[in-house]
Amino acid sequence: MHLMYFTEQPMSAYPEEAGRDFGATALMLSNKHFDPVAGSRLYNNYIEQYMLAEEVGVDGIMLNEHHNAPFCMQAKANIFASILAGMTKKVKIVMLGNPLPLAENPIRLAEELAMIDMISKGRLVSGFVRGGGQEQLATGVNPAFNRERFEEAHELVVQAWTKTGPFRFEGTHYQHRVVNPWAVPLQKPYPRVWIPGVISKETIIWAAQQRYPYIALNTSIEQTKKIWELYDNTAAQVGYVGGPENRGYLIQVHISDSEEKAIENAKQFRWMQGEFTGLAHPVWSTPSGYSSPSNRRQFVEFAAGRADNPRASTTFEQQVADLRIICGTPKTVVAKLKRILEETRPGILALWGNDGRVSQEDSLTCIRLMGTEVFPALREIAKSLDLKSPFEAEAPVHLRYSKDLKPAKAAAAE
Amino acid sequence: MAGINWSDSTVEAAGIKLHVARAGRGRPVMVLHHETGTLDRLPFYDALANHYDVLVPHHPGFSRSQRPEWMRNTRDIAVIYRGLLGTLGLRDAALIGLGFGGWIAAEMASMAPADLSHLVLVGAMGIKPPEGDILDLALTGYIDYARAGFHDQKAFDRVYGAAPSTDQLEMWDICREMSFRIAWKPYMYSQTLPHLLGAVRAPALVVWGNEDKVVPASAGKRYVEALPHAKLHVVKSCGHCVDMEQPEVLAKLVTDFIGRE
Repeated sequence: MHLMYFTEQPMSAYPEEAGRDFGATALMLSNKHFDPVAGSRLYNNYIEQYMLAEEVGVDGIMLNEHHNAPFCMQAKANIFASILAGMTKKVKIVMLGNPLPLAENPIRLAEELAMIDMISKGRLVSGFVRGGGQEQLATGVNPAFNRERFEEAHELVVQAWTKTGPFRFEGTHYQHRVVNPWAVPLQKPYPRVWIPGVISKETIIWAAQQRYPYIALNTSIEQTKKIWELYDNTAAQVGYVGGPENRGYLIQVHISDSEEKAIENAKQFRWMQGEFTGLAHPVWSTPSGYSSPSNRRQFVEFAAGRADNPRASTTFEQQVADLRIICGTPKTVVAKLKRILEETRPGILALWGNDGRVSQEDSLTCIRLMGTEVFPALREIAKSLDLKSPFEAEAPVHLRYSKDLKPAKAAAAE
Repeated sequence: MAGINWSDSTVEAAGIKLHVARAGRGRPVMVLHHETGTLDRLPFYDALANHYDVLVPHHPGFSRSQRPEWMRNTRDIAVIYRGLLGTLGLRDAALIGLGFGGWIAAEMASMAPADLSHLVLVGAMGIKPPEGDILDLALTGYIDYARAGFHDQKAFDRVYGAAPSTDQLEMWDICREMSFRIAWKPYMYSQTLPHLLGAVRAPALVVWGNEDKVVPASAGKRYVEALPHAKLHVVKSCGHCVDMEQPEVLAKLVTDFIGRE
């Protein structure tokens, strides 16, 4: 079991009423509401949190990035990854992930990641994402080619990491006359790639075809089981058997030394007006061509106010009842997480520990209890359930490095 | 306008299936629709079909025409339509471009200046407005965008209904996706087009609604400067979609300009 700490790095000092008045908390909510004095304090708070996480023995620190929005202050995940590469000694630096389609030059990305891998002495996990709809608009990248750019940039990054240069790359979206980076990853054949996601079936299928672990982001137990069904079916088609080493899960968990305080702080998971990533303008969060055509009708109905958000959130109480938010003292939290581990059998688990306006003191308490009490208990449970991480299972980094591939029928029968 | 007999056909061009509506007799007039696609029948199309052989192709990837996955810019559509006119054996057609269709018409004019009788551009995109910006599909809701094309909202209601159907919303989304595929950056204009319009000998009429909230009027003035034989006509109390908001006014402007037959 690989156990990680995650925070969205909330820009908690922004005036909430400004977002409510504007009707959206992303893309066009004016940055006049961004206070760099508070920003400087918060960035340093997050570094303090990560350093404590390493000290109390978490296996990994999960990082991500978003643009033009207060729910996440990381505008470039590689910057925090670089800081952690230099400042920490043991933790895996798990990027979930770099938004590939936003890269105009994926070779630059390959170089940065190779540097992070070398500086950290081989502790990089290099996840990749498509980027949210609003991210495409914030960076001027065409949403209609999002998936094509994702797949092609991935191909180019992997080639830059694994193929001896110089060589030429002539793709549909990327053309490079010379690929020959003088920075290549320390880990061979290349750093592990994990793919996080929420609803896109295409991404789950793609990850399973690569044999990359898929990290389900805060999905319900039922949704998570459906994701693994699709992943495992795809795995069988390409000749391997999916297992815990292919499965990751991110869940909102706040731990405190009192149940009351834990509940109070856990309500901050809904600090963005109850929405996962804040109040969204539907046309910005799902620009035309970004989503799969099978969702088109549902999204236009939602955008016109004729249907509920396909990603609709529910009440705090419901989310607690559904185990999508877990809060309490280590004892109660472990009991609830045990159920998740039993039901969904992941080999990778990230706890999204603190959000919104939870104080730095309470955030650090949460991390301390996570590392010293919750994670040791989860390791025992994982051992009894045989939930191995990709590292423990020595899983191949990519399908092409598999030594156990079987014809589709045989794999499906197992 | 009763009695107009439209025929709908599928014509293959550059390996893709194009939907073409056609009616009337006389001088060939090709009408190029907006970035929001087109309804099958509109009073403006009927009014023109009383005088001309009117063709309304649905742009590749828009409305009823197939999407070419390979297509990357608006000029590609202009090339396909030049081919379509050749395939149909039509010479010296007049081109009427509406909004985004105006950009296509201007590109077609620049490609074959000797094969053009008249050019009419109505609220045309395609040139960077010297002042102001083109309203961005990517930042605007489906209905808000379509309504922004009309100064008189009752005219919008007459065309699309006060609450457009979900089928219509879905179609706008398909058209929007195709617009992104070919006109994302720079958004809705070409940096080279104004420099290529100098060879157009045909007379050009540039029409703009004085309440156009989609394409700034400064773009109309720029078109008139770039085209050697162009004049500007401003329609009063009218938004961007002059063809749908004041179809009789635009039809009269066009027939006066091209001549009645």
